[in-house]
Amino acid sequence: MTAYERVSQARAKGRATTVDYIENIIGNFMEMHGDRRFADDGSIIAGIGTLGDMSVTVIGVEKGKNVKERGLRNSGSAHPEGYRKALRQMKLAEKFCRPVICFVDTPGAFCGVGAEERGQGQAIAENLMEMMTLKTPIISIVIGEGGSGGALALAVADEVWMLENSVYSVISPEGCAAILWKDGSKANEAAECLKLTAEDLLKFEVIEKIIPEDEKIFKTIKQELIRTFEKNKSEKELTEKRYKRFRKIGAPK
Amino acid sequence: MIFKKPKNTLEGHGKFSVASLKNYNQKSFDDELSVECLKCKKNLSSSELADTMYVCPYCHYHFLLNVRRRINNICDKNSFEEFDKDMASFNIIAFPEYDKKLRNAQMESAEKEAVVCGKCTINGYPAAIFVMNPYFMMGSMGTIVGEKITRLFELATEEHLPVVGFSVSGGARMQEGILSLMQMAKISGAVKLHSDAGNLYLCVLTDPTMGGVTASFAMEADIIIAEPFARIGFAGPRVIEQTTGKKLPEGFQSSAFLLKKGFVDDIVDRRRHKKYIGRILKLHVREGAF
Repeated sequence: MTAYERVSQARAKGRATTVDYIENIIGNFMEMHGDRRFADDGSIIAGIGTLGDMSVTVIGVEKGKNVKERGLRNSGSAHPEGYRKALRQMKLAEKFCRPVICFVDTPGAFCGVGAEERGQGQAIAENLMEMMTLKTPIISIVIGEGGSGGALALAVADEVWMLENSVYSVISPEGCAAILWKDGSKANEAAECLKLTAEDLLKFEVIEKIIPEDEKIFKTIKQELIRTFEKNKSEKELTEKRYKRFRKIGAPK
Repeated sequence: MIFKKPKNTLEGHGKFSVASLKNYNQKSFDDELSVECLKCKKNLSSSELADTMYVCPYCHYHFLLNVRRRINNICDKNSFEEFDKDMASFNIIAFPEYDKKLRNAQMESAEKEAVVCGKCTINGYPAAIFVMNPYFMMGSMGTIVGEKITRLFELATEEHLPVVGFSVSGGARMQEGILSLMQMAKISGAVKLHSDAGNLYLCVLTDPTMGGVTASFAMEADIIIAEPFARIGFAGPRVIEQTTGKKLPEGFQSSAFLLKKGFVDDIVDRRRHKKYIGRILKLHVREGAF
């Protein structure tokens, strides 16, 4: 499969979204709304529930399944309040010693006047900083599109996993082609150049695991999550390992 | 200083070509050149601009500033000690044309990478300092920029030094793909550890500071100031116009806009930076912390 075919798969209509993963993996999910500062961002679903017999915090970007939902969810492009809602729930997870699971599926943080006015950059930056030293385990799973900073704002984790047909990139192939060749239709070539498939990222040691997209996918994810969270680590070990995980990326050998 | 009367009106100087305009502050002082202010369109001489730290004496427009000039403006004389000077990027994900772009950037800027890091004193107060380079691929952040800034924060944490940073960047460098994106997290981690250890980080946002740099270390400082007329934001204005289909209001994403919205502490004229930063450092000296 070419890189751009992966991109199309990751964006395909009918692909499972965050709500499906929550429904099939998390028990007794209770959604918690709002960032306590400005609004509730529909692009990000956050809440608490159980994973096996563990209490967990779940945060995910939701694109919506039909036109109406996509309107409410802004097609998975979060505003600053979405990232602040996520951070609020992560802080609560730290307080109550719950592991955090993040599902990433976003074309990117929203580009708009309101988003800029309310500090899109600042909101993402704060998440990156705070997640690095959050004293509770975090696992992020890219289930569809991992669009740049908007994806990273939920992916400063102990481990990052990607679905077989998901992509994770610094810029969309269309955006890259538009900048490089002034031609957005060359997204095909750009996708190849950007090295954005799960295999590429595993090779670069940017992710830990690729999850095969078969009929057992929900079961696989659930088992893997439980197995990973069961490895007990001290808070210090946990955050030191997380720091080192990112520290080594791009460091000269 | 701001209200100082302009020296002369510089009549009779010819217009300036785009190519040489790009290099206006890299030429030696002997080459007397005329530069048109990008804002008020008045003709200025290069020596006059050098005297005013490349700020237009008429409208106070802040020109892009060469890294070495910035360092000379800020650091006490002979106090700057550079780190990782020869660390350079290579084509890490085999991106087409990137080798050539890097070589050109290195030749144009006479620097190895888009950031210069080091240690210095500012009005006598020691600090770790990083200055991004607008003449190196518009200060874009790749793995080496990430590595150099991370190392600087780690060293500053170890030596209990404040960090003073000057940002100018188009964002993450797409030619290094996902590895550039990861630098945002890497630097943020180092900033957090530096901060948790009780150290000061001051960042000066200069024109332009966009994308992944805004969404990481530029916005993570304890004290954030901006140069006048700087463009600062996450998404570029063209992308926002395309996404929303609306024309953007005048002054959108300017430093004045950010001040009004509460995202910067103050707007400070370049000519006052050294004094301003020196005062801030003085107020944060950690002698015999209580």
